[in-house]
Amino acid sequence: MIDRRDFVRQLLIDRRDLLVVSGLGAATYDVAAAGDHPLNFYLWGAMGGTAMIGLGLALAQPQRRVAVITGDGDMLMGLGSLATIGVKQPDNLVIVVLDNAHYGETGMQPSHTKAGIDLVATARACRFKEAHAVTRIEDAAAVRALLHGGKGPILVSARIKEEDVPRVLPLRDGHAIKQRFIAALDPARA
Amino acid sequence: MHTPSPVETSWPDAIYRHLQRCGVRQVGYVPDAGHSRLIALCRSDPNIADVVLTTEEEGVGLVAGAALGGQRAALLMQSSGVGNCINMFSLLRNCGFGCVVLVTMRGEFGEFNPWQVPMGAITEQTLRLAGFLTYRIDDADDVDEVVGAGCDMAFGGDLAVALLLSQRLIGRKQWTK
Repeated sequence: MIDRRDFVRQLLIDRRDLLVVSGLGAATYDVAAAGDHPLNFYLWGAMGGTAMIGLGLALAQPQRRVAVITGDGDMLMGLGSLATIGVKQPDNLVIVVLDNAHYGETGMQPSHTKAGIDLVATARACRFKEAHAVTRIEDAAAVRALLHGGKGPILVSARIKEEDVPRVLPLRDGHAIKQRFIAALDPARA
Repeated sequence: MHTPSPVETSWPDAIYRHLQRCGVRQVGYVPDAGHSRLIALCRSDPNIADVVLTTEEEGVGLVAGAALGGQRAALLMQSSGVGNCINMFSLLRNCGFGCVVLVTMRGEFGEFNPWQVPMGAITEQTLRLAGFLTYRIDDADDVDEVVGAGCDMAFGGDLAVALLLSQRLIGRKQWTK
């Protein structure tokens, strides 16, 4: 199984102009731990909404690549958004689910994926162009290649270790996170 | 037999003109009879990405993502859909995303289905508690002016604005076929 911090760090190496939306809880901490960046939109709440923010961003910025990096709990809460994304078929959107099969933020209660509910099969059923489960850190390079060049929509579920890692807390002020992102993406709008 | 006057049937067109005027590029919606004409207008517009949602709360994320990417978005929903959005509305308040929500009201004037009443009765209060400015429209003649003002506040000032299209304006749901 995969070390989440190492995996996300490898995904975001030499990230160029990649736009990143991170789901609340550990996924946001993982993205922050990989290196703070103005083109990270960190969520601290709005559970279930991460993939849809990715869709709105991908539709608005069709020339840019958009990565949603989130946990299994957030993805399960927004399961319908996979169907919505499947309808729109954004070719620049990749969702990476860091799946530890547990709700880590609330005491490691088992999630639906622990019981075998299959996010990869769900994404395929929702007409994602590609959907993969990865279990080895060696797969990080291939997933990174999908972030930068795969034809979306794509979902990757990475089976990460069931462990609690130290929190790395990024900016928490939503206005600041938004304004910093917009200024980095298009200085004329800031 | 009540025959709608031209202004009554053209109110969706007035809303659509404001969406065009403001440069709205994404419209999220759950299909709704009251919004059917406006949905059709948006779907046929090559400058608007129409995004059919499985639940209205998805639309709140859509608005935020669109704004991050430099596009304006609007949401169309029925009053029952407002209840589906409550926690996700925190995204708008926390980050200061402008948002226009056009709400067709159910559960009020002449409502036949009592199951629509509990949510319809608290829709406007719910929106206000969630940080929205709300403007209720009862008369078709007011749609153009009020929607125009609401759009300007939302997009000019990054405010959350809800425009409530009353059931009296939309017309009672017809249950006889």
